[in-house]
Amino acid sequence: MDYIIETEDIRKRYDDFLAVKGVNLKVPEESIYGVLGPNGAGKTTLISMLCTILRPTGGRGTVNGYDIVKDARKVRESIGIVFQSRALDDILTGREHLEMHAALYGVPRDIRDKRIEEVLDLIALGDKADEYVKTYSGGMKRRLEIGRGLIHHPRVLFLDEPTLGLDPQTRESIWRYIEKLNREEDVTVLLTTHYMEEADKLCDEVAIMSHGEIIKADSPGNLKRELGADTITVRVDRAPDFYELLQRQDYVKEAYLMDDEVKILVERGENLVPEIVNLAARNSYYVRAVELEHPTLEDVFIKYTGRGITEA
Amino acid sequence: MAEIEGIYTIWLREMKRFFRYRSRIVTSIVTPLLWLIIFGTGLGAAVRFGGVPGGYKAFIYPGIIGQTVLFTSIFSGVSVIIDRQYGFLKEILVAPISRESMVVGKALGISTASMIQAAILLALSFIVGITMSPQCFIVSMVIALIISMGLGGLGLVIAAFTDSMEGFNLIMSFIVLPIFLLSGALFPITGLPAWLQGAVYINPLTYAVDALRFTILRESVLPLGVNMVVITIFAVVTVLIAAFLFNRKEQNIM
Ligand SMILES: Nc1ncnc2c1ncn2[C@@H]1O[C@H](COP(=O)(O)OP(=O)(O)OP(=O)(O)O)[C@@H](O)[C@H]1O
Ligand SMILES: [Mg+2]
Repeated sequence: MDYIIETEDIRKRYDDFLAVKGVNLKVPEESIYGVLGPNGAGKTTLISMLCTILRPTGGRGTVNGYDIVKDARKVRESIGIVFQSRALDDILTGREHLEMHAALYGVPRDIRDKRIEEVLDLIALGDKADEYVKTYSGGMKRRLEIGRGLIHHPRVLFLDEPTLGLDPQTRESIWRYIEKLNREEDVTVLLTTHYMEEADKLCDEVAIMSHGEIIKADSPGNLKRELGADTITVRVDRAPDFYELLQRQDYVKEAYLMDDEVKILVERGENLVPEIVNLAARNSYYVRAVELEHPTLEDVFIKYTGRGITEA
Repeated sequence: MAEIEGIYTIWLREMKRFFRYRSRIVTSIVTPLLWLIIFGTGLGAAVRFGGVPGGYKAFIYPGIIGQTVLFTSIFSGVSVIIDRQYGFLKEILVAPISRESMVVGKALGISTASMIQAAILLALSFIVGITMSPQCFIVSMVIALIISMGLGGLGLVIAAFTDSMEGFNLIMSFIVLPIFLLSGALFPITGLPAWLQGAVYINPLTYAVDALRFTILRESVLPLGVNMVVITIFAVVTVLIAAFLFNRKEQNIM
């Protein structure tokens, strides 16, 4: 099995509104896969169908080889979920949440305590573990939910907006944690987000979703590369001459001269930086600085959806 | 095995919630005592009530036990709405156990809570001048168990149809109070006008109160056996309907 999650033309209709319109998703095993889209794109609806909470209106899907409608139970045994909105009980402690989850997912009794300790270690709740969840901060609640989703060692972890509303520090630490899991526990992670940075830094592959459709799916690097233009800025003495020289190189798409700087648009800029420095050296130019800028995922998003992710 | 563990887990959470909300336990004991002591004494003094040896206070004692079970059961069942609103229901609904087990675990938790309250009230029987034999205590507890399963199931059925706590007051006015008032908890159910009689007899709590009254006061309208059969059928049916609804109804819970 190459793809641990696969959907075929999966659809979901709410009354007369088509929230997910024929999505074909292929998530490679052991990857971190991101679904990126603005509010209302249908991300949560898509995830809910994969988690067997909503029934698809049409099409089909499999998770870990099980059909999400016919083998819902098997699917649920294979997955862990962190919902977009909170799913905690204020009057239970963090540890009790984990115990309850372990019991519901049939983690054998003799290893339950060990698993719980492992997870508590990982999510660093410290001595708060035995206090009521109502005394937790937002970040602690989120960490508890993520930890809970892992207690039963799922094959696939669904994270719906895992870092929404968290401070940058907590967000970073959750990213590190997700990466670690993915690496060490061989968990496939499917996450939704509308943070470009999250998709970019964390995901092996990103699907751009808008208005219920997946418009484009590829690795963040490829997506950006497809836009073509990296910008390389070279600060150099005798800039006008160097500008002339660069214009004659066939890898340069466009070149601009600005004071003592030359800006060129190229493909795969990282491969070209040494080339350009060598070219300068061969022709005895003195390079003061070279700067490489990639297009951002935001640029990619705008290209495919015709709008920025924050404009609805 | 996994299902039993699931049932137990859900039951355990219900128990934790029950014991952690201290104020609820206190009110659930104080309220019936107020009914017995103030209402029972007050009205008992105003009306000549020859039916039962202990007078009116003793007459309503089984009814007030029924009332306590009613309130606790329905509200615990309906608390699923709160779980839905606060999101915790999602955690339970995506777990790999059957919806039937979820409903049964919840219903068992509800009846355990109700039975604890019933036990406390039964132990306080001296307040209305009744001595409680062990046998009477046990039969009363069995009745409380069955009817609380049924009413808890009814609460779950209501919860399956109600999306927000806005419906809470409606549930109170249109379901809980009528069930209480029409159960014969406060008045004898013989010799009523036909319309009232009809309403009383379609009310499941009537049969539980009548069964309790027989057990505690040796006085009832229907034979104990009939009452037991009716409340057992009620319990089985509501729990089945609740399980069916939680299975069928798409839970819009993300
Ligand atoms: N229960 C529902 N009934 C009707 N429409 C719904 C329902 N749930 C979602 N929708 C609609 O479906 C669309 C997709 O919603 P969904 O929650 O899947 O979006 P999302 O991509 O997760 O958005 P967000 O980033 O805000 O979480 C939205 O237009 C929403 O209004
Ligand atoms: Mg969403």
